[in-house]
Amino acid sequence: MLKSFTNKRISRQYIISVGITLLVSTICFFISDLVGYRTVALILLFTVSLLASALSVYPVLISAVLSALIWDFFFIPPHFTLHVDNSEDILMLCMYFIIALLNGILSSKLKQYEKIARQKEEKLNALKLYNTLFNSISHELRTPLTTIIGASENLITNDKILLEKDKLELQSEIYIASSRLNRLIDNLLNMSRLDSGFLKPKMDWCDINDLIHSVVNRLQPDNENHSIEIKVSNDNSIIWLDFGLIEQSLYNVIHNAIVHSPDNTKIIITAEYMDGYMIIKVADNGNGFITDGKEQSFDKFYRSPELKTGGLGLGLSIVKGFVSAHNGFVEINNNKPNGTIVTIKIPSNTPLINSENE
Amino acid sequence: MNNNSKILIIDDERQIRKLIVITLESNNFYVLEAATAKEGLQMAAMHPPDLIILDLGLPDEDGQSVLVKLRDWYISPIIILSVRDAETDIIQALDNGANDYLVKPFRTGELLARIRNALRNKFESNNQSIITFQNITIDLVARIVKKDNAVLKLTSTEYSLITLLARNENKVLTHQFILREIWGPGYVEQSQYLRVFIAQIRKKIEENPNQPKIIITESGIGYRLVGEDI
Repeated sequence: MLKSFTNKRISRQYIISVGITLLVSTICFFISDLVGYRTVALILLFTVSLLASALSVYPVLISAVLSALIWDFFFIPPHFTLHVDNSEDILMLCMYFIIALLNGILSSKLKQYEKIARQKEEKLNALKLYNTLFNSISHELRTPLTTIIGASENLITNDKILLEKDKLELQSEIYIASSRLNRLIDNLLNMSRLDSGFLKPKMDWCDINDLIHSVVNRLQPDNENHSIEIKVSNDNSIIWLDFGLIEQSLYNVIHNAIVHSPDNTKIIITAEYMDGYMIIKVADNGNGFITDGKEQSFDKFYRSPELKTGGLGLGLSIVKGFVSAHNGFVEINNNKPNGTIVTIKIPSNTPLINSENE
Repeated sequence: MNNNSKILIIDDERQIRKLIVITLESNNFYVLEAATAKEGLQMAAMHPPDLIILDLGLPDEDGQSVLVKLRDWYISPIIILSVRDAETDIIQALDNGANDYLVKPFRTGELLARIRNALRNKFESNNQSIITFQNITIDLVARIVKKDNAVLKLTSTEYSLITLLARNENKVLTHQFILREIWGPGYVEQSQYLRVFIAQIRKKIEENPNQPKIIITESGIGYRLVGEDI
């Protein structure tokens, strides 16, 4: 199938090369009295060069041979014969032939070199990306693993000499490191779910109030030093969405807010239904976005250069993917006076039921 | 609480079994272990345990089919412990008769709480006329619900809903199951009713309706009524 497709393309190239050569020759036939038959040779040569820049080698060679014969037969006196009287013209015909052939061969070689250079560059870029990714993933996986192996080994071998207080500290380090590993694996799995292209939201009626509180409760073990305020309007709090996907999106956004804002600051989560959209906002009082990394922050593996904390840069790109699966939008802006606001907008409708009158 | 309960773990991962055995034995449970479905089914038949912890990814047979086989005759609680976190897997396991579902990795404290809850349910008679949980009492004969001895005003749907949850205390009930039981088979897709009524009941029974301690949301799966605030 592929072969027949390539054959078709090649045969089209032959038609183009022969067609254009014949067309230009016909035009030249009518103007040759005005410009002289030697200028015609230049025009034909120019045509062959043009074809050489676009077509592959054999169609160009055909055009070279064909145009040489045409020039000889129709333009060099005596006309309508391949016979050439003038020795100057014989020389020109030979030169014409050689230049036209060289034209075809050289341009095709040039194209080959270009192709190889392009492939090399692509390979190099892919390798660079792969290395960055590989380093970042292996760093992110190995850091918590190092903590787990080191701390647990220490607990086993130095059981008798460690102070109770140090033992407890090592144990909590193991717990923190494994939670971090778990989050990382969740994000990698979610990313591959998105990349597979098979992600289809499982839509159902959900209570947004319930959803936000369940995320905040899930984050409670990681959040010791921030106060989280939730403001949800009770009207229209039942909306149509995939609970799991939006829960994970909000988890990533709020987790970011906790990690990237100083201790003892406030995180405010609001949700309201307006004009056919459920709008959820997460505002923190952290450092905000110093550079203009607004759009890139949703790219896979993007990490703001100012960030000192670890991470793969997957969180927000997963949020974008999950929210887009709902035909929604996500935006990131600077909060006033400082901090970040992430806004998630999901098109949705609310059910028309009045529960008090059954 | 009977703390010498016999618990059978069916899981092929030695490390997971070890973790659970240590956790349970230090809490005075008596533990049996099985590494394959075949071994697990044999052990359950020979030494019927008070509760079974079942993994879904077993080497010789899928856990869901082991669950179905067990439920042919085994009536005590079964808790699923699996790495599979897709809602469809969880709902299928609950439909197949599992009492509870915990996704790996899990916190051992959470596992203990779920086991205690499931066992507590088992030792209570199902033919009682009064159900008590946390600070709530339901009198099934008089059809009265009390919170801290004060009578609550509930609509008849609210009453049926809380009674259904209370009769299945500590068990996750799927949205579809609740809708079918309360509103009828034609309403299985109408989950908006359920959301609205759960929100209303929470306003009446919970101290803080936004931080529910009695009716817990199981993300994307259903609801569970927690008997004891642990």
